[in-house]
This record gives sequence, C-alpha cells and structure tokens, in this order.
Amino acid sequence: MTSRYLDMEISTSPHLGRGLSVPIIMRNVVYALLPIIGVAVYTFGLSVFFLVFTTLVTCLMAERFICLWTRKPSTIGDYSAAITGILLGLTLPPGFPLWMAALGSVIAMALGKALFGGLGFNPFNPALVGRAFLQAAFPTAITTWSDAFQADRFTTFINTTLTLPFMKAIPDTVSGATALAAMKFDHKLADTYDLFIGNISGSAGETCALVILLGGGYLALRKMLDWRIPVGIFLSVLLVSGLFWWMDPKNPPPLFMLFSGGLMLGAVFMATDMVTSPVTPVGAWIYSGIIGVLVVFIRLFGGLPEGVMYAILLGNAATPLINLMTQPKVYGSVKGGKKD
Amino acid sequence: MSLKTFAHGIHPRENKEITALKPIRRFPFPPYFVLLLSQHAGKPAKPIVREGQEVRRGELIAVANGFVSVPIHSPATGVVKKVGTSLDFNGKMAPAIIIIPYPGSLQQVECWQSRDIDHMTPKEIIQGVQDMGMVGLGGAAFPTHVKLTPPKGKTIETLIINGCECEPYLTSDHRVMLEQSDDIMMGIRLLLKGVMAQRAVIAIEANKPDAIELMKKCSEGEKQISVAVFQTKYPQGAEKMLTRALMKKDIPSGGLPADIGCVISNVATVAEIGRLLPRGQGLIERVVTISGRGVQRPGNYFIPIGTPLDFILDQVGLEGRAHQVIFGGPMMGKGVAFLETPITKGISGIVVMADAEHKSRQKIYPCIKCAECVNSCPIHLNPSTLGLLARKDEFDQMAEDFHLFDCFECGCCSYVCPSHIPLVQYFRLAKEAVRKKRSAA
Amino acid sequence: MIDIQALFVAVSLMVALGVLLATILAIANKKLHVFEDPRIDVVEGMLPSANCGACGEPGCRAFAEKVVKGGATPGQCTVSSSDGREDIAHFLGVDVGAQEKRVARLACAGGNNVARQRVEYLGLPTCQAAHLVAGGGKGCVWGCLGLGDCERVCDFGAITMNEWGLPVVDEEKCTACNDCVEVCPKDLFSLHPISHKLWVACKNEVFGEDAEIECEVACTACGRCAADAPEGIIEMKNNLAVIDYSKIEKVTDTCIQRCPTGAIVWLGEKGWVKKGVGAKGIIRKTPLPIG
Repeated sequence: MTSRYLDMEISTSPHLGRGLSVPIIMRNVVYALLPIIGVAVYTFGLSVFFLVFTTLVTCLMAERFICLWTRKPSTIGDYSAAITGILLGLTLPPGFPLWMAALGSVIAMALGKALFGGLGFNPFNPALVGRAFLQAAFPTAITTWSDAFQADRFTTFINTTLTLPFMKAIPDTVSGATALAAMKFDHKLADTYDLFIGNISGSAGETCALVILLGGGYLALRKMLDWRIPVGIFLSVLLVSGLFWWMDPKNPPPLFMLFSGGLMLGAVFMATDMVTSPVTPVGAWIYSGIIGVLVVFIRLFGGLPEGVMYAILLGNAATPLINLMTQPKVYGSVKGGKKD
Repeated sequence: MSLKTFAHGIHPRENKEITALKPIRRFPFPPYFVLLLSQHAGKPAKPIVREGQEVRRGELIAVANGFVSVPIHSPATGVVKKVGTSLDFNGKMAPAIIIIPYPGSLQQVECWQSRDIDHMTPKEIIQGVQDMGMVGLGGAAFPTHVKLTPPKGKTIETLIINGCECEPYLTSDHRVMLEQSDDIMMGIRLLLKGVMAQRAVIAIEANKPDAIELMKKCSEGEKQISVAVFQTKYPQGAEKMLTRALMKKDIPSGGLPADIGCVISNVATVAEIGRLLPRGQGLIERVVTISGRGVQRPGNYFIPIGTPLDFILDQVGLEGRAHQVIFGGPMMGKGVAFLETPITKGISGIVVMADAEHKSRQKIYPCIKCAECVNSCPIHLNPSTLGLLARKDEFDQMAEDFHLFDCFECGCCSYVCPSHIPLVQYFRLAKEAVRKKRSAA
Repeated sequence: MIDIQALFVAVSLMVALGVLLATILAIANKKLHVFEDPRIDVVEGMLPSANCGACGEPGCRAFAEKVVKGGATPGQCTVSSSDGREDIAHFLGVDVGAQEKRVARLACAGGNNVARQRVEYLGLPTCQAAHLVAGGGKGCVWGCLGLGDCERVCDFGAITMNEWGLPVVDEEKCTACNDCVEVCPKDLFSLHPISHKLWVACKNEVFGEDAEIECEVACTACGRCAADAPEGIIEMKNNLAVIDYSKIEKVTDTCIQRCPTGAIVWLGEKGWVKKGVGAKGIIRKTPLPIG
C-alpha cells in the first residue's frame, strides 16, 4: 500500500499556474529590443554595434561577478541584466567612447541594482542610473552626436568610439546635433516624418520612432507591458506641449515633441520597467502623467535640450508614494474608517 | 444579452471536457467507512453509537452538538467497528466513527420518514435541513440551516442558487443540473418558503449552455425563479463575486450575504434538499467529480460519505503514479497527504494531477511588481505589497492596512504570478499568525 | 585687512549665546530631574543585554528595574551565568533566588532515517507553512517536520538541525527563552529543569505496530515503562507514556530498560542520550525514501 505514495507531493493551492515566468517576460522584452538594435546599427554603423555589445557584455559580467561576490546563485538567467545592458547602450550617443560605456554599465548594475538587493528591489531604472552617472561624469562625450547614415559607417568607427581611458577625445570634425538641440539652440525644426523613421542624429536607439512603437506594441499585445504608461506619457506630452504651442507658436509643436529625442524609447521601454513603475492602474496614469509633464517642462525651460531621463528617474522616485496613495478600493470595504 | 460578471479574475484552462459528458454513476461500497465527526464548519457532532453496534443505512449515528453543527447518518448497513480517531484531510487525528458494511446487505435506505412538505412552516423546513445533516456541498461545508437563518433584523429577498462551478476540472454541479433538475426545482421551492424570499436566481456560467437551457425550461411558469447567465471566469462562483455580478452589491467586509438580503446556496445542496427533505432522509452520499490526467476512469460519481480515498483511487484506477491528489478543485482545493482520509460532505471533486499539470517545482524569483496580481485579484487587494510584507513577517500591518482578512484564498494571484511567489501560502501563514496572536491577546 | 571689531562682536555674541543656553540647560536639568535609582543602570550593565524575554519582562532594563525594586530575584535571568547572577545578588545584597537552569526539550526522535515522510512537501521551506498543507506530509502527524523554524528563531544559536533533520538543543547555550516552544507548529518543545533526566521523546497517539510503521522510535504504548517505574510516575494516556514530573526524584533509569523502541530515554550530561538495553538499534544512516 505504501507504494502508492511513491513520488507523491503536496503543495498549497492553487495547484495550477499560468506557465509564465520572469525570464519569459524578460526574454520577450529582449526580442522587442532586437529590431531597435538592428535599426540603430543600420543607421549609425559599426560603432553602435560595438557600443551595444560592450554595454551588454559588461552588464552581464557585472551581474555574474556581483552574484559570485555576494555568494548568491547566478541571476543572469532572468535576462534582466541583458535588458539593462541593451537599453543603456541604446541611450548613448553613437560615437560614445567604449570605455565610458563599460564604466556606465558597471555603475548601472552595481549602484542601480545590486546595491538595493538585485532584481525587484531597485527603486530606479538601472540603465537610467548608469546613464545619469555618465551624463554627470562625461558631459561632453554624452552630448557629442554624429550624423545618421554616413557613407563609411560600416567600415570605420566614429572617431570618438575608440578613445582610450582618461584621454581627451579627438575633436570631432563632423559633429551633428540632435533635433532637440537644434530646436533649443538654433530654433531649427526637424521634419516629423524624418523623426518618425529615424533620419536624424541622436542617441543610438532613440532615432526611429516606428520600430520602437512596433516593439512596444508587441509587448503590449502579449501583456508584458502596461500600455497605460506609454499612452499616458504620450497624451500628457501632447497635451502640455500643445498648450504651450497654442500660447506661443514659437514653441515646438506637439508632434515634434512626441517623436524627437528619447521620448519614444523612454516611454515604451524604460518608464514601463515593471519594477520601478506603480502597480495600480490609477497609479500608472498618475505616474505617466508626471513623467510627460516633466519631460515638456525640462525640454522647454531647463538648461538641457532633453529631459526624458530625469523625468523618468523622478517618476521612479515618486512610484512608492503613488503606490501607497492609489491602493485599489477593496471589495466590500466599509467607507470611513477601519472595520475590525 | 451581455453576460454578467465582475472586474478582474482569471481564465485558467477549464479541462471540464474530461468529465462534463459523463453521467453520474453509482460507486461501489468500500470495505470500511470512516465518518469524521467534524465534516462541517462548527462543532463536531456527538456520536450516539457504541462499538459493535449494528447500524442501518440512513440511521442517525451522531447528533448535532449545538446550533452550528449537523448530525451524521450511517452510509451503510453494517456494524460500528470503532468510535475513535482517524486522519482527516488537514493531517490531524480527528474523532471518527468507523463502520464495516455487511457484504450481504442489499444496502437500501431503511431509515426515513416522509414529510408533508405542503404544510411545513418555514421553521420546520430549516429544522428539517439541519436534521438531514445538510452542509454546503460546494466546498465550504458550512451548515446550511445556519445560512438559511438570517441574523435578527435582516430579511432575505433573493435566493441565489450557485451553479457557476468556476473551478477547473469540476463538473459535478453541471451534471447535477442536467440530471436532477426536478430535485433542484423542489429544493428551490422549499428554500424560498424556508427563508421567505421573494425570488430565486439560478446562476450559471456561459460554458454550460445545456444546463442553462434545461434550467430555463424547468423554471418556465415559475414566477419567482429565474436563470442568470454569467461570463465564464474564475472565481465567478464565489459568493462575493456573485452578488457583485448579479446585483452590483458588495457583501460588507467581514459580513454575510444576509447583510445585503441574499442567501447563496450551491445547486448540489439545493438538489439534495429537494430530494431528501420530503422523504426525511439524511445526507449519506454526494456527487463527486473524479478527474485529472492521473486517473484512468474519470467521471462523476455518487460516492457514499466516509469512503476512504484509497478505495476510490483503486476503483477509478491510477494512470502510472499519482503525483498530487487534491480534494476540491485545483484552484482552491487541498492537497491530500494521506490516502486513508475519507470523503466528507464538503468534497465536490477529487483531482489527481499527473506530472505535467501542476506547478509546484517552479523556481521562485523576486517580485518584479508586474502588477498582474493586482489586476487579477477579485477582491481588489494588493497581493504584491502583501507578499512583500509577508516576506518580512509584517503580519499585523498586512491585516490592519492591507485588508488581509478580506482575502478568500481564491488563488488568482499565485496563478498569474510570473515570479511563482506562493502568495496564497504567505497569506494563509499570515492569517494563522494574526489569529493566533489575537486569540492570545 | 581683518576687521578686528566685527570679529570681536561675532565671537562675543557666540560666547554670550553659549552661556545663555548652558544656563537654561543647567536649570532644566535641576528642575526637570527625575529620580531614578542609579543601581538600575548598574544592574542593567551586569545583565546579558539579550532582551530575550525569558524572565517574563519585556527586556533587560525592565528586569533590572524589577530586581532593584525587589519584585524579582537575579536568579530569574536564565541567560546570565551563575557567576553573573551572584554578582548582581551581591551588589544588591539580596538572595540569588533558587532558579534551576531549564532547557528546551524536543518530544520527538523521528529523524528522517527512522520516520517516514509519506509525501513530499513543496512550498515555503518553513515548518509553519508546511504544517498548514495537510500537516506537512510526514507519516507521523505529531512528529517533527525538520524544516528548522526552531533553529532560525533561536537567538542564542542553541539549536542546530542534525543530519537527519532533527533539532538538537545545546544545553549549555539554551536559556529557556521559550521562542522555540512558541514557533513549533507541532508543539514538540517544552521547557524542563535540567535535572529531569527521564524523557519521552515521542508524542504520537497511535497504538502498537501502527505507530512503528511510521516511525521506528515511536512509543507503541506497550506500557512496560509504566510497569517498571515506581507507582504513579509513568502513566499511559492516549497511547502515549506520560511522565508525572512532580514525583521525579524517586526515579532511576531502570524503567527505560525494557522499552522496545527506545522512545523513553535517560538524558545524561552534555546532551548524551541513553536508551534502554531492550531498545532495538538504529542502523540506518541515510534518510528513508519518501513514500
């Protein structure tokens, strides 16, 4: 009779699962990012390939090393480090020196994630922490842009890419300017169609709005991304910038605001980072609204031409508070005071 | 017509096709019966037989011990072997009566007394429900007569007959609706009289069109009885979800359906009342779905209460090895550790999971706050935050600030969690700890 | 050039401010002074600062206050060494107070080499969680689940899980703080004076062979120990030998000798456990297979 019990198990209910796991979600985010890498490499050439490769490999190595150091089981398998690496690479200028990119990756993994206890506990998006560090440490390098679709892009590196550590970058002869910088400092307005398909200079992965939206659409359809956040950001950016445009047509038009700079990449892939965004639906609207308003304000009134990074980081900072304030209304709860 | 439903919830694979078309069949008698004295919520019954005594099928062997308690009847003609203890499905030794049936007996119900149902007062009906040992057959095993007795000052307007059966695999209620429709109608009429309600609504999920059709046909011409069709969604059959979907009203936190003028009763319960009450007979068997990929002959069976699980599995045959045996459905049912445990009144299904079906060995990742649980919790709790608090043993905060005790452990959060965090287990642990602390204080 | 005058004004202002605030503080110190017995601080310093609560007070400070007031004796702190307790008693000029050292004892000897796990438990790896899932799946529903809640809860490192998943109490380190007693879902721990040598390491209530099927060292309720012990010390209750410790002085280790499974034992110094000569030997060193 006891043979009946061979291999029997007990566990707590529910005994069924959806068959989804963290690595599957993360892997799908990587899939959605792959076309963006492809377009970035096609637009800017060899340098971007090595840039993303560097950040990706450095992030994975940093994650593995931190796991070894803290004697925890390896967490590379959950793909979260890979996402951080790819996203960081995509937010940097195409000719960004590789050694700085590697340094930024280490900072992203160590300060942005491991310090708080690893996946799930980081208050800020690690890739943006890395980028914020690079922005503070190397303000010149991170605002040195190169033009898209240069003829020799697949055969030669952009001359700043291979700068040696702590050496001054070779002055760039053909330095482009991002659409936002051109707008802010020279009052030149880029064509919306060029912005949409990515015929502009800018960070490696932020130029082509089309492919970013496709990737985001894929994730939203598979329910691996909260559609409320990008939609909320887009709406609030359109609304607020439209208001300013209406008050003074010298301000950039809403569509330009929407498709220029890092807004697309940030709204679709960084603001939606599950760990650092609110869990409640109402919270997601508030959070995306805050980010959208901040983006417009930093762009129009701040010293920097671009504000997506700081807007999202500030949004991240507000997330715990938003979560706390937007707790869902519990079924059957008695209004006004606790019942016990 | 748009289907009635509630916000959130999940759509697990139903797997009802395994047994949905199988008519209810009778089950053979086991070599011995184990009748736990505490098959219902409330006080255990008091045994009134002694060892060696002969009992007849349907004979009263234990009496109710107080108001929240029900009597127990003998499922077979035989002899009492022991009045002692036996294992229950919680893995505890519990008081029980063990009966050996006579192999030669025809096993006909010998103890009954027909009643004149047309002249019964509401009070007599409710007393009759207690006397037959009736409990909620949907799974909670709460004594039915207590439910039918609203607290003072509350009146019952609506009687909801719950035929949703939202748990995957289970089809016993479905079969009962198809095969015992007359009993159900009789039961509804009796209960309407018993609780003095205005109307009765039979609630069925849209995945049982044949049952909906039959019930509609049966309730034609009955002014008080109607059929409501609900969207197929788990946990549609939970009391709280039913009232919200049907009447857009919430049962207050910590309250009863009677607080909003409802009584909710499972179709199987109603059918048994309709069948047994006029005959004055006790509840001695029930319909159980036996399903899952681990059984060779899945189906719906009339199983005498007290039949040991061991015997049942022998009869239906196991496919290879049983990996997990669950009493109830796979979402809210209990894992069984001991195959000696008997069928009790509250068990509506036995699901035997084979290897590929269950999820217990998955790696646990940290919470990535994907909000899937928040968007699936039918009670609108925040399981994500509750889980993080539970990890830190902040049980009091869970109970006070995050409505821990409103959770009815439907399992939606654990089901959707991509990190495989055993949220429901955390919540059970937390509830247990808080209860212990409160009772100590 | 340095403006001497401005410097002078600034310095003198600061000095004046300092003097003023110091005066206020000095006055406040006198006026608002609350008398507190200085011995409380001293006694608190002599206590182990474990704040374990074993004395029944919320912490060492509260205990110190009570000792100084005379509401408790130093001996009630079970964590202090005997020297430490005497020091406090000497300092206060009171009696140490007779308090025999008590230790936590486990009423189960069913490690995984002798007791069967019927089904494998999957879920949170704590005893309390496993207990809520059909009792944890161990064949003996009274027995130790071996997931180590007691080891984790012990602040003194007195409990370690042995190779068969049974907690072993280090009697030197155990302070009888009651934490393991509270945490064990099967209620297997209890606190006993260290002089209680006779011990039934079993809690199962099944009779005879049925008990032995689940666990080789189970009490089978054969009653031999009760017959061999002086009248009234051991009694069979619910198929389990129960010791009446109020008459324990009279007992010797003769009553354990005929125990067939070794469920009743005589505890020696330093955790040494003596079984009766009649107890069958346990040969198996590896865990029993599940099933």
